Amino acid sequence: MGKIYPTNRKISGTTGLCLFNFYEMIKSRLFVLIVFLVSVSHQSFAQKGEIHGSFQTDAQYYREDSVIGAPDVPEQSGIDGFLNLIYTNKDFEAGIRYELYLPPVQGKDPRLEGHGFANRYVKYTVKELEMTAGSFYEQFGNGLILRTYEEWNLGYDNAFDGFRVKYKPSRGVAIKALYGRQRYFWDWSPGIVRGADAEFSLNEMIGGKFYDNPNKIIFGASAVSKFQDDRDPVYKLPENVASFAGRAGISNGKISLNGEYAYKINDPSAVNNLIYKNGEALILNAAYSRKGLGVMLSAKRIDNMNFRSDRTATGNALMINYLPTITMQHSYSLAAMYPYATQPNGEMGVQGQVMYTIKKNTPLGGKYGTKISLHYAIATSIERQQVNDTIAIGQAGTDGYRSDFFALGDEKYFEDFNVQISKKFHKDFKASFLYTYINYNIDVIEGHVGEGMVYAHVGIGDFTYKLSAKKAIRLELQHLYTEQDEKSWAMALAEFSISPKWFFAIGDQYNYGNEIKAKQLHYYTASMGFTKGTNRISLTYGRQREGIICVGGVCRNVPASNGIAITISSSF
Amino acid sequence: MKKTIFLLFVLSVTFSSVIAQDDENKVRTLPAVDVKALDGSTFNTSNLENDGKPIILSFWATWCKPCVKELTSIHEVYADWQTETGVKLVAVSIDNSRSTASVAPLVNSNLWDYLVLLDPNNDLKRAMGVNMIPHTFILNGKGEIVWEHTSFSEGGELELIDIVRKIINGEDISDE
Repeated sequence: MGKIYPTNRKISGTTGLCLFNFYEMIKSRLFVLIVFLVSVSHQSFAQKGEIHGSFQTDAQYYREDSVIGAPDVPEQSGIDGFLNLIYTNKDFEAGIRYELYLPPVQGKDPRLEGHGFANRYVKYTVKELEMTAGSFYEQFGNGLILRTYEEWNLGYDNAFDGFRVKYKPSRGVAIKALYGRQRYFWDWSPGIVRGADAEFSLNEMIGGKFYDNPNKIIFGASAVSKFQDDRDPVYKLPENVASFAGRAGISNGKISLNGEYAYKINDPSAVNNLIYKNGEALILNAAYSRKGLGVMLSAKRIDNMNFRSDRTATGNALMINYLPTITMQHSYSLAAMYPYATQPNGEMGVQGQVMYTIKKNTPLGGKYGTKISLHYAIATSIERQQVNDTIAIGQAGTDGYRSDFFALGDEKYFEDFNVQISKKFHKDFKASFLYTYINYNIDVIEGHVGEGMVYAHVGIGDFTYKLSAKKAIRLELQHLYTEQDEKSWAMALAEFSISPKWFFAIGDQYNYGNEIKAKQLHYYTASMGFTKGTNRISLTYGRQREGIICVGGVCRNVPASNGIAITISSSF
Repeated sequence: MKKTIFLLFVLSVTFSSVIAQDDENKVRTLPAVDVKALDGSTFNTSNLENDGKPIILSFWATWCKPCVKELTSIHEVYADWQTETGVKLVAVSIDNSRSTASVAPLVNSNLWDYLVLLDPNNDLKRAMGVNMIPHTFILNGKGEIVWEHTSFSEGGELELIDIVRKIINGEDISDE
C-alpha cells in the first residue's frame, strides 16, 4: 500500500499517446532511415564504422544605418547554421543534414526561414551497382541539362530527393539514372525530374595497349525529362519536357578539346515569357599547356535554356540545369564589383586566357621567375528575328523568335580584359598587380531599364612582406575608375597573419567619386580569425556595401549592412 | 518536437556507440569517390597511394587566392620535401564546369608537379566534410587521414612538413 498507481484511464491515455507518436514516426521517412541505420550498424559492429561531418554557423548582429541604407532588421540578427553527419561502414553510407535560418542572414532568400532536417540519405553499394535513396547531388557532363549542387554562402541548394542508381557494367562504361523532386527551400518542387546519363571511356573499353595510350577519348550522352501538370487557364503547356545532351572530349595531357551540345523541347516558363521555342546550348573548350605555359579558349552559345522543375519559378530556385558563365571569376573586391551572370534566355560568348611563367635567372624573370596572365572574355546577345510579320519578338504564347545559330547578336552584355603579373622580388617580399577593364550592361545583367553600360578600369596592387617564417603583412590597394553607376571607388586593406592560427585585418572602401556628396561613404571593416586544425572562428565588424557575391558561378545580391558577423566552422 | 528529440536521442546513442567501439583504434579512411584526372578519365580516390609514404591532399580552386598561394609556396620547396620525406601532394580542384578548362593550363604554367584531380560537382568535398577552401588533409603511409587544417597564411607550409616529418618518425600528432 502507500504506492499510488495511475488509473487505468491514465495508462491507456499515455499508451495511446505513445502509440500515436510511434505511428507518426513510422510514417516519417527519417525514422525509417534511423531504424535502418541502427540495424545495419548493429549488424556490422564487428567491422568499423566511421562518422564524419561538418558544422558551420554564421551569425550577424545588425545595426540600423540609414546613411548606407541598411534596413532596420526587427530581430536585430540573422543566424544560419548547419550540421552535416555522414556515417560510413564498408558498402553502406548514410547522412543527415540539419539546417537552421532564424532568420536567414540578410541577402539570403527569406524563404529559407525555418529549421529542421533538410537533407538525409542512405546509400548502398553492391559491387558495380551503387544505390542512393533520399537527398543527393548529381551532374551530367557540364551540367547543361542537369546539375544539382549546394552552395552554403549563397543559400543555394537544389538537391534531388528520390532514387539514384549508378552502374558500371563493364570497364570504361558508367551509367547513372535518377528520379525525384528537387528541394525548394523547406519544400519540394511541384515537378518530377527523371534522367539518365552514360559515359564511355574509349581507352578503358578497348583496353590492351590503348589503355595506356596518352590520347584519351571520352564521350557521353544524357537525357532528362521533367513532368509538371498544366493548369494554365490560357495556354496548353507541355507537361513533359524532354532534353538531350551529347559530349565528347579528347586529351593527350598537353592538348585537350572537349564540347557538349544540349537540346530541349519547347518549355514555356515565367523566365522566357511563355514562348514555345525549343532551347539549345553549346559549349566548346580547348586548352594547350606545357611547363611554364598555359592557353585556354572557350566558346558558348545559349538559346532559351532556362530549365526548372517549376515553370513559374524565378530567381535562384529549382534550376535543373547549370549554364556555366565563361568570364573570369574575380576575387578582389573592386574587380568583383561588376560580375557577369549567364543569361539563360540567350547569349553568345568567347573567352581566352594565356598564362606564362618567365624563367628564373633571366632579365625579366629575376631570381624567382615572373608570372603573367592575360585574359579576355566577351558575352553578347544572340541574333533574333521575328517568326513572322504579325508576331513580336518574344511574344508570349508564340514561338518567340527565330535565331541564326552562327550569327552574332548586336547587343553587348559584358566584356572584360585582364592582365595580371605576379613576382617575387626578394625571399621576403612578393607582389601581384592586376589591371581589369570591364564593360558591364546593367540593364541586361541586373534587369534594370535605362542605366546602360558601365565602363570600369580597375587597378590592384597586392603586396606581401614576410616579417619572419610565420608572420607576414599583406597590403591590398585597389582603385576602380568609372564615369557610370556610382562612379569611382578606392580601397585599402591591411592584413597581419601569424601562421597557421591567427589573422587580423582592417580595410576601407571609399566611394569618393559619388556625385551625391552624402553618398561619398566609407565602408570600413575590421576582422580577425583564429584557426586550429579545422576549427575556425572569425569575427568581422563594420559596414558591408550593397553588392553581388558570386561563388562557383552563381551570384546573389547582398544588401548594405552594418554590424558584427561571426562565423564558426568545423570539420571532423 | 518530441519526435525530433527522440530522433536525436536515437542518433546520439547509435553514433556514440559506434564511436565508443572505435575509440581504442580510431581511424579515418579516405572515402572512395569517383573524381576526374586532368585528361578527363575517371579516377577513384581509393586508388590513391604513395608507396607507404604520407600524402598531402589539398582542396583548392583556380579562383581561390589563398589556395593558389599555398600550392605556390609548397611548389618552391616541394622537390626538397620529396627528397627528404617522399611525401606526395594531391591537389583536388573544386572548380565547376565554369573553370575546369583552365585548371590544367594554370597548373602547367605554374610548373606544379602535383597529382591534380577534378571534383567539379564537389562529391569528394562533401564526402570529406570540407566547408571552406583551402582545406588540407595529411594521410599517413597506410592511407589513413591523421591531420587536417583549413585556411592558409604565409608560412603555413612549414606546419605541413612538420607534421609529415612527425608521421615518418612515428611521433604522436594527435595534439597538433
